[in-house]
Amino acid sequence: MAKITWKTEDGKEISADVKDGLNLMEAAIANDVPDVDGDCGGCLSCATCHVFVDEAWLERTGEVDDIEDTMLEMTDVERRDNSRLSCQLIASPELDGLVLHVPAP
Amino acid sequence: MPKPIVIVGAGQAAASFVSRHKALANKGIGNNEPLILIGEEPVPPYQRPPLSKAYMSGDLERDRLFIRPTQWYSEQNITTYFNTRVDSIDPQLRKLKTSDGQTIDYGKLILCTGSSPLSLPTRMGGDLAGVFTLRNIADAEAMAPELVLGRKLLIVGGGYIGLEAAAVARKFGLDVTVIEMAERILQRVAAPQTSDFFRMLHQQHDVDVRESTQLVRLTQKSDGLNSRVDGAELANGEQLEADLVLVGIGGRPNIKLADQSGLDCENGIAVNQICQTSNPDIFSAGDCASFMRNGQRIRLESVQNAADQGDLVARVIAGEAVTYDPLPWFWSDQYDCKLQIAGLNMGYTQTVIRPGSKPGGQSVWYYAQDKLLAVDAMNDTMAYALGRKMIGAGLHPSPDLIADPAIDLKTVSKK
Repeated sequence: MAKITWKTEDGKEISADVKDGLNLMEAAIANDVPDVDGDCGGCLSCATCHVFVDEAWLERTGEVDDIEDTMLEMTDVERRDNSRLSCQLIASPELDGLVLHVPAP
Repeated sequence: MPKPIVIVGAGQAAASFVSRHKALANKGIGNNEPLILIGEEPVPPYQRPPLSKAYMSGDLERDRLFIRPTQWYSEQNITTYFNTRVDSIDPQLRKLKTSDGQTIDYGKLILCTGSSPLSLPTRMGGDLAGVFTLRNIADAEAMAPELVLGRKLLIVGGGYIGLEAAAVARKFGLDVTVIEMAERILQRVAAPQTSDFFRMLHQQHDVDVRESTQLVRLTQKSDGLNSRVDGAELANGEQLEADLVLVGIGGRPNIKLADQSGLDCENGIAVNQICQTSNPDIFSAGDCASFMRNGQRIRLESVQNAADQGDLVARVIAGEAVTYDPLPWFWSDQYDCKLQIAGLNMGYTQTVIRPGSKPGGQSVWYYAQDKLLAVDAMNDTMAYALGRKMIGAGLHPSPDLIADPAIDLKTVSKK
C-alpha cells in the first residue's frame, strides 16, 4: 500500500491509498484526478497520463527508460525534467507518501 | 439553469466527453450544463480494446475495464440511463424519446452511437448457435467460456479483431483457422509487409491462415432441433469443421437515429471540423462520425479518435476555439507481439522496412512520395514513439535514412 497525493494546478489535493502493484494512471482515474486520462490503458501508446513528480521524490521514482522518454515528448503540456507517464509508476511501499503534480492542458 | 446536454451512446467517446465537460466545469469554464448519459448496454462506459485481448484471455479483471467507476457518474451528478435505447429525436423541439417511454429535452445533443460489427446473413448461417461477433462486453463474455482446449475455432475475416481473438484462442489450446476473402490478412488497413509479419506470427503459433479464401456458408449439425454450427463450406469446395465461429468482417457506423432525424450522413454521421452535425445543436463523436481529411470523408474506429473527439466536443461547447486535426494512433496485441501504429497510411505510395532494435522487432514506414504518413511498429515501441513524434512535428526523413539500421532514429527525429 502507498499513500499517493495528486496536486492539481488550481490548488486541489487528492490523496488515496493505492494497492501495491497498481499503476498510478489507473489509481488516478479511480480517484477522479482530473487531466490524467490513460487512453491506451497503459501500453505506452498515448502519453495522456503525464504527471510531474514532486522534486523530493525523484530519486525514489527512478529512471525514465528510453521509450517512456520518447513518449514524454508527445505530452499536451510540455515535459520537464521531473515528467513521468503515470502508467509507468507502480505503487509500492517505497512510494508511500509520493506527491505528483498534475499539469492541466 | 441551462438546458441539459444529452449524450446518446455510452462508449469511449461519451466517457471522454463527460470527463472533459466535468473537468472544465470544475474550473469554472463553460455553462456547467446538466448531463444525461443514455446507453443501450447495461453498464457504464468501458474500454473495448481489451475485449479481444487481455479481458478475453482472463488477464484483466472486469472492474478494470470501466473507464470510470460506476459511482463516479452519480458523484458527478450525471443522470445515467443504461439499458436504454433512444428511439427518436425531434430536432425542432429538441426532444428525444427513449425505449422505456421517456421524453427528454435537450439543449445540445451528442451522438456517440458507435459502430456495429457486420454479421453473416442468415442464409450463410450467421444466426446459428456458436457463431459470434465481438464488439461488446456481452459478446466477449458469451464467447470466452467457449474457448476450451481442443475445440476448433473458425475465424471469418483476417482483421485486427479476428487475429487478436486467434491469439487468445491459441493460448487456450484451440485449433484455429482464419479465412480471409482478400489476397492477404489486414489488406484493408496495412501494407503487405505488415500482413506478412502477422501471417508468419500466426503460422508460428500453428494457426491455419487461409487467404483468398471465400466462405460459401456455415454448416450446421443436422440432428433434430440442434442448429449449432459444425463447420463451413468454402468456395473452393472444401469443407472445414468448426465447433465455434467468430465473424470479424468489419463494422458499419450506427447512423439510423441520425438519418431518421434528418442529419446529413455520408460514410457515417457527417460532422465538420468541430464535430458538429448538419444541425448546430447536435454533435457526433467516435466510430459513427465522419469527418473531412485530405478531401475525403473518413471515419476512424479507434480509441484515439473516440477519446479526442469526445474531448473536443466538450471544449467546443464550453466555448474553446479548437478544431479536430488528429494524429491518429492505434495498437494491437497478438501473442507476445505488440503492434503500435502512428499516423494514417491512407494514400501511401511506398513503404520502407526498418529492422527493430531488438530481435523480433520491425517497423513499416508509409510514405506518399517523400512525405511520411504513418508507421506500423511491431515489438518496437521506440520506432512508434519516434515515428509519431516525427509525424506530429511534420518531419519527413528520407526513406533511405529510415531503412538504414545503422542510423539512429533519435538523431533523425531531432532534425
